[in-house]
Amino acid sequence: MTDPVLEVTGLAVHTTAGRAVLRDVSYAIAAGEVLALVGESGSGKTTAGLAALGHFRRGLVCAGGTVTLRPRTGEPVDLLSLGTAAQRRLRGSAVSYIPQDPALSLNPALRIGLQIAEVLRTHGYPGSVEDRVAEVLAEVGLPADERYRRRYPHQLSGGQQQRVGIAMAFACRPSVVVLDEPTTGLDVMTQALVLETVRTLTAEHGVAALYITHDLAVVAQLADRVAVMYQGDLVECGPADRVLRTPEHAYTKRLLAAVPDLSARPAPAPPPDDAVLAARGIHVAYGRQKVLRGVDLALTRGECVLLLGESGSGKTTLSQCIAGLNRNFTGTVALEGTPLASATRQRSTDERRRIQYVFQSPFSSLNPRKTIAQSIEVPLVRLTALSRTQRRERVAEMLDRVRLRSDLADRLPDQLSGGERQRAAIARALVTTPDVLVCDEVTSALDVSVQAAIVDLLGELRRELGMAMVFVTHNIALAPEVADRIAVLRGGEIVEEGPVETVLSAPSHSYTRELLDTTPRL
Amino acid sequence: MTAVEEEATVPAAAAATPRAAGLIRTAWAFPQAKVGTALTAIVVLVAVLGPWLGPVLTGHSTTDFAGKPFKPDGLTGTDGLGRDVLTRFLAGGSTLLLYAVLATALGLVLGAAIGMIAGYRGGWLDAVLMRGNDVLLSFPQLVIALLAIAVIGPQGWLLVLVIGLTHAPRTARVARQATVAVRGQDYIRAAEMYAVPRSQILLREILPNITGPLMVEVGLRLTYSIGYLASLSFLGLGIQPPAADWGLMINENRIALVVQPWGVLLPVVAIALLAVGTNLVADSLASAAAGRTRKVRS
Repeated sequence: MTDPVLEVTGLAVHTTAGRAVLRDVSYAIAAGEVLALVGESGSGKTTAGLAALGHFRRGLVCAGGTVTLRPRTGEPVDLLSLGTAAQRRLRGSAVSYIPQDPALSLNPALRIGLQIAEVLRTHGYPGSVEDRVAEVLAEVGLPADERYRRRYPHQLSGGQQQRVGIAMAFACRPSVVVLDEPTTGLDVMTQALVLETVRTLTAEHGVAALYITHDLAVVAQLADRVAVMYQGDLVECGPADRVLRTPEHAYTKRLLAAVPDLSARPAPAPPPDDAVLAARGIHVAYGRQKVLRGVDLALTRGECVLLLGESGSGKTTLSQCIAGLNRNFTGTVALEGTPLASATRQRSTDERRRIQYVFQSPFSSLNPRKTIAQSIEVPLVRLTALSRTQRRERVAEMLDRVRLRSDLADRLPDQLSGGERQRAAIARALVTTPDVLVCDEVTSALDVSVQAAIVDLLGELRRELGMAMVFVTHNIALAPEVADRIAVLRGGEIVEEGPVETVLSAPSHSYTRELLDTTPRL
Repeated sequence: MTAVEEEATVPAAAAATPRAAGLIRTAWAFPQAKVGTALTAIVVLVAVLGPWLGPVLTGHSTTDFAGKPFKPDGLTGTDGLGRDVLTRFLAGGSTLLLYAVLATALGLVLGAAIGMIAGYRGGWLDAVLMRGNDVLLSFPQLVIALLAIAVIGPQGWLLVLVIGLTHAPRTARVARQATVAVRGQDYIRAAEMYAVPRSQILLREILPNITGPLMVEVGLRLTYSIGYLASLSFLGLGIQPPAADWGLMINENRIALVVQPWGVLLPVVAIALLAVGTNLVADSLASAAAGRTRKVRS
């Protein structure tokens, strides 16, 4: 076997304050191979990946190790021993980087053709820059004509932006590409396209790819080998098949167990009962843009409906109409047959109490200047007549229910982890024992393992409290874990609705079938 | 899907990097905060203790005949009417300081209220308030003050009122901008979902989250208040003789600058130190607030 293109040995990184971020990390990637670097937020996977570029983020210093690069042409070099200027010459030409959010990495004021050409000119591309731009755009599956090249980043979709990012990275025919969670912000189908592009490009041009991600299902689809990071250590490294089928390290096993599984068997549905919540003929339009076109959704007591849709399908708008956060709709939302006012302020206290909403991001749904207990107390103050002591008891009880340590009650949100914050947000929604809980993408901002715990918690609380739940998500793989029924929303319409088992085993709409096909599995 | 002990690691990491609580503590780390506070403290001490200290030190009251006019004898000599300069200097800061603080407080409360309401409500109310604000902003502050005082006469309450009122549109802009940034956050929507009264949303949810920019405004507006009050006194439209005042003293003694420099020098230095001091504090607060938002964004 030939020498690997990129070889990292004994890499140690710590913060300027001296805290170790990476300890003795070693990995190697051969030409044409995809190595997936897996781990949750804070595990050091991005730090380990950026080291392949000889780059360390501000506040981090390298404390030893080598990063050997064997470019297609020229001698092998140790990136870490090079000066800044020499490193910069290699970056973008021999080693390139594809960042997480293409919207942030493309210059919004420059046409995309120019941005790709800029990379080529900077690195002195021999030959026609124009031709190469057209060629590389075609390689990533984008139109290469003059008109397309004259577009600005905002005129492209998220998936197209990411492919422009990939085109920039591959423009100078690099030997190594580092991809930092490039599909995190994309919906499943776009993700499938981007992954396909990456796979073809690396295989065709013999590029060594380092794919940083926390999504094990994506890894299963793409990677030849997998390296698992945990708290700054590389705990397991091996062929993808071996690591995913017979993991050795305890952490890898836990991570695998946390991945939502489409083939899991859903819990038996509760006996059908009268509808506790019914939305009928919901229309929402912003100007000429129709977001919802006559959506019907009914929930029986204790039932969980998975509202599935990609970004822009109107799923958040629908859930906000139900919760009274969006008043610009026509149609009716009825609670046990009684029609509700559109705005939450016009609903009665009891109506407000019975429908609760959990926001997508726990990083913005809790007031950063209020303690956790103060935030959870707000609905009790507004929606119940409990005394101060009673309220405090309820808050403590609720914290216990969502399994937050009682000493977190007096902390501010930014002293908590993302998962803990989401638990606090759930506690706030449940403290007044609602009949209907609307959860808007509550796990999309969280790590896979945290997602698993939150989903389990919600399922448990739902059964204990006997409430109905609308679980909004873009991830169909969560369906068997949480829901009794699935409603698939697309372009503002419900295109398919039915029990989880039926929809997953025999989807009737082509969109659902496509979703099921493109969702990566282990 | 199995629940794993997902968060076992994270709280430990969170506890390892405790975040400095509060803007003031962050600001204190900047050297200009310490220098600024020291300068301000010196002048404030002089201004507050001066009225009592003066007669004790020199044996004269502010209006006593202490010697021949413009004579540099004694500690700092006399002014054009033969009054003791040091006594008048020591007594001349308290009114200035009090008015400056009151005017700043008035401007800030009013401006923050207008800005927050405009920013939170949005729509036509925002448009009306902010366009009205722009009209007010197009007049130089000192010109409005001169006009009002020329019409009504130099009264203490009028000085505070007119300087406070002209501060308000400037503060309102800052407060509105900060409110708009906070308004879209989910915790505001959550409060709306629970039908928290709008006044409570403004005071409990929004205000604590925009204290950073407002603190910067406090420092900045205080500096301006001092400057305007001193200017108005110098022009004879501020604090009226025979009361002692720094701005007034500069005007009274400037004709004898060569023979009796102390009469001008002492108040000039005091006003300059105070202005520089409060400005440095404002600057450190601004840097701290900026660093904070940067940290939050990353």
